[in-house]
Amino acid sequence: MGASFGRGGATQFVQDIANTDCLIIQGSNMAECHPVAFQWVTEAKLRGARVIHIDPRFTRTSAVADKHIPIRAGSDVILLGALINQVLRTGSYFEEYVAAYTNASMIVSDDYQDTEDLSGVFSGYDPETGQYDLTSWAYRSRKPGEDDIGEAGPEEHGAAKAASAAGHAHGAAGAPLDHALIERDPTMQDPRCVLQILKRHYARYTPDLVTSACGISAADFAYLSESLVANSGRERTTMFAYAVGWTQHSLGAQFIRTAAILQLLMGNVGRPGGGIMALRGHASIQGASDIPTLFNLLPGYLPMPTAGKDETLAQFLSAVSSPRQKGFWTHADAYLVSLLKAWWGDAAQPENDFCYDYLPRMNGNHNTYQSVLGMIAGTVEGYFLLGQNPAVGSANGRLQRLGMANLKWLVVRDFNLIESATWWKDGPEIATGELETDKIGTEIFFLPAANHAEKDGTFTQTQRMLQWHFKAVEPPGDARSDLSFYYVLGKKIRERLAGSTDPRDRPLLDLTWDYPQDEHGEPDADAVLREINGTYLSGEQAGQALPGFGALKADGSTASGCWIYSGVYADEVNASKNKLPDAQQSWVAPNWGWAWPMNRRILYNRASADPQGRPWSERKAYVWWDEQTGRWVGHDVPDFPLTTAPSYRPADGTSGPEALAGDDPFIMQADGKGWLFAPRGMIDGPLPTHYEAQESPIGNPLYPQQRNPARLVYPHKDNLTAPSFGEPGADVYPFVATTYRLTEHHTAGAMSRWLPYLSELQPEFFCEVSPELAAERGLVNGGWATLISPRSAIEARVLVTERMTPLIIGGRTIHQIGMPYHWGVGGTGAVVTGDSANDLLGVTLDPNVSIQESKVSSVDIQPGRRPRGEALTRLVADYQSRSGATVVTGNDIVNENDEREERR
Amino acid sequence: MTDRAAFLGWPALRQLATGDYLGRGQAVVSKKTRDKLARTATADKVVKSVCPYCAVGCGQNIFVKDGKVVQIEGDPDSPVSRGRLCPKGSASEQLVNSPTRQTTVLYRAPYATDWSPLGLEEATDMIADRVIETRRRTWQDKDENGQFLRRTMGIASLGGAALDNEENYLMKKLYTAMGAIQVENQARI
Repeated sequence: MGASFGRGGATQFVQDIANTDCLIIQGSNMAECHPVAFQWVTEAKLRGARVIHIDPRFTRTSAVADKHIPIRAGSDVILLGALINQVLRTGSYFEEYVAAYTNASMIVSDDYQDTEDLSGVFSGYDPETGQYDLTSWAYRSRKPGEDDIGEAGPEEHGAAKAASAAGHAHGAAGAPLDHALIERDPTMQDPRCVLQILKRHYARYTPDLVTSACGISAADFAYLSESLVANSGRERTTMFAYAVGWTQHSLGAQFIRTAAILQLLMGNVGRPGGGIMALRGHASIQGASDIPTLFNLLPGYLPMPTAGKDETLAQFLSAVSSPRQKGFWTHADAYLVSLLKAWWGDAAQPENDFCYDYLPRMNGNHNTYQSVLGMIAGTVEGYFLLGQNPAVGSANGRLQRLGMANLKWLVVRDFNLIESATWWKDGPEIATGELETDKIGTEIFFLPAANHAEKDGTFTQTQRMLQWHFKAVEPPGDARSDLSFYYVLGKKIRERLAGSTDPRDRPLLDLTWDYPQDEHGEPDADAVLREINGTYLSGEQAGQALPGFGALKADGSTASGCWIYSGVYADEVNASKNKLPDAQQSWVAPNWGWAWPMNRRILYNRASADPQGRPWSERKAYVWWDEQTGRWVGHDVPDFPLTTAPSYRPADGTSGPEALAGDDPFIMQADGKGWLFAPRGMIDGPLPTHYEAQESPIGNPLYPQQRNPARLVYPHKDNLTAPSFGEPGADVYPFVATTYRLTEHHTAGAMSRWLPYLSELQPEFFCEVSPELAAERGLVNGGWATLISPRSAIEARVLVTERMTPLIIGGRTIHQIGMPYHWGVGGTGAVVTGDSANDLLGVTLDPNVSIQESKVSSVDIQPGRRPRGEALTRLVADYQSRSGATVVTGNDIVNENDEREERR
Repeated sequence: MTDRAAFLGWPALRQLATGDYLGRGQAVVSKKTRDKLARTATADKVVKSVCPYCAVGCGQNIFVKDGKVVQIEGDPDSPVSRGRLCPKGSASEQLVNSPTRQTTVLYRAPYATDWSPLGLEEATDMIADRVIETRRRTWQDKDENGQFLRRTMGIASLGGAALDNEENYLMKKLYTAMGAIQVENQARI
């Protein structure tokens, strides 16, 4: 979403679902995975909204939807692309919105060539590296005699972007552009304008293709497109809701982009009951991206510097944004300098570039799967696990455990003795004999953690809202908060290094690391949040909390630990503690918690009004221009410069927030517009294009290029890929497996399988199969089945159910198997245990965000329990050998075109 | 009890007297039941919290008595959840009070076949020593082209999506200062 709209967060707040006229839930089983938020879906239905659920499985979400449309896992871009084609072909998009608020009229470089021209790859593809050079996707400049509009700073190759998982970097701002003087055709007829490119790109995404490649009937497609069209426009809005059913694919970020394009075309962004609702699965997973425990980011989505490219502060800032582009991202220098001041205090001075050199540098993709390969290779010695259980929860569990078995030391902080703490004595590899306890040299520390009832602090929930949870009781025994653990660890490290003259120790010794502690030694979470908000360092207000990010300066006179959270502590009031009861405030509920940025609940809400600043309709009025006072007003905090009139047009050469025209609602974008076409920001293509999954039972029906040519592959003997359709051995793993969650369990089970109530409700690992597949393989309801992939073999109870629909694709029947992934083998004290679905999965990643493909993989299924001991290893090896899978299978990203052509 | 009271206490008359004609309510409540009180009614305090499972962010009321959590319920004040909790949120009292919860530090020495106990202070000291040793051993000042790296590739970290913002902040701050960049969480997964 960052590349389309300028920010990576959900566009709406949860309660706003009630205002939609049509809700399309795709890639999410919301009723079971977000049941309490689903009350707002019920509310919408009661108000007359239509609810459509698109999912491989019939679930409790489908049961209460107006319609369930089963889909082949991984084919979503075809379906959504066909909707784009449909609305463009029939002219049923929201033309006035599209013309004013999107980049539809902008002209793209003459050098750009589409996947339609180049057999499934875009211009700029380098077959040597398997990555894109993004230059040819640029806008054409209207500056006389100037080339196309490049990126801010030095041009960056797609390979370097993939290395830094650049997709996550657009969480708070869109991709930078050198400037915003872009050639436009307001009639949108120029063949090089975005709208016309879009039409050509999706011309072959037809209802017929949807039927043959997604397994969706013409009637179901017609129902879907009619629902979308009838419920978009001035009077009505449609909303999309998704979860990891969209993200966990080798082109997951492009799934979301396709929905973003559709929502922009239909004029559904920035308006009540519209937008895209990202349904996240962990209490503060949004917060852990905003204040990132992620390798490629600094707080507030500032990128982590890259070696060779960002040698100096000036070089770094010139690549983050251009001083000549539009919008608030031009102030990135103030955000970074304030962060450096928050971390290194008085040591950070203008003459030393505010300690910019204290930041470590990336020079590759350092994601968690790469780290695991580093453990196996012996380069990673020590590993911290905080409330995370990769032995069960990460793809290819065996690879995870083999990695941990090769560490020097491991620290596990959790409530219970999870599988990631005990694999060395009771993991699956101990049972097969692959690992022996007394030969494992890993030193392990288990430290009990305090839970949410035992500490103060904030979670940032799925709609970007920070909510304070107050400490109720003291944690038991040695249990401590992670705040306490890291604070004490930091103090101990600093004590040991005190007096060091080694320059590498300066960043630790100069670090601001002094927080008030209570009588139990617990650091004050309020003080930490205040540091995140930031303070004035000089002038009359020195020492006072900042009112918001608008006050941040690049001269070292302000400090702020995360610019997008600045404002949460304005006027010395911790607004995350706001808990004004629902009944005492408006439906937008601005006095419950605090949402970034600046407590805005619906993002881009300037677009809820027409270009003249009037609501598109009374029914959907949200934020509008008030002529009397000369300000934007409405139900929410306007997501726009408050006094910029709708008629305002900046002079050429203006930059920053002042360069935002009165009809530029996407204030974090370099050109102020929503991006149908992404000239920058996506590294595997400016437009979403369908590719098959890493493992697929069918050939790509659109292009000779089978798989995403820019995906990240990890050829390794313990991470083999099954042959896909058309490759020898594809019939060895003939079925599509997809993973999911249950209401009664939570991810890898650490917070649910140790609880008697929840374990009793869902005691055993199972797989869902259709009656047809059960008949074909002799599977019995309630009996056992063994599932085999090129990575592992596991056993599960069989649930035979018509909820799983066999799909006819290309004249063949495709069977899909569903598996919840909450169980694990080992662990101490778990009420229930079982084999882990993630052991079946391989590691192949989306290039934009480095998320693995969990939702589609190839397996075989056989009746009965799996073999025990060494026999299990032999079974997996036997399958690998029969399929002919080797480390190169499926990983030849650049050469597969020609071979596939020949096979057709 | 007088004869009259005993007579009026007969079930059928009690049903008539209390208006509970079907005998499914007030008329059939025993003294034992009547004397029972909800744990929420006798709690010393109610603390406002947020559900720790998924990202909807439902409001929770935590009921505390004698320094122990006795019940966790949905917070009706929350505009997001309006008092509701799902099965996980409703079970979160067990998350706090689970008898299988590990509350002491455990240590597994290299090649050992079982855990041994260790003090929290000592464990943290040992971890600080390991960080410093690994960092020293695996430090990279510059790459092969002489470009600045200033980091260690010897330390990795996974976790944060279940933690507080303040905790993620201290983690990122400390890791960055020590030069550890392989810091990841569930957002990648």
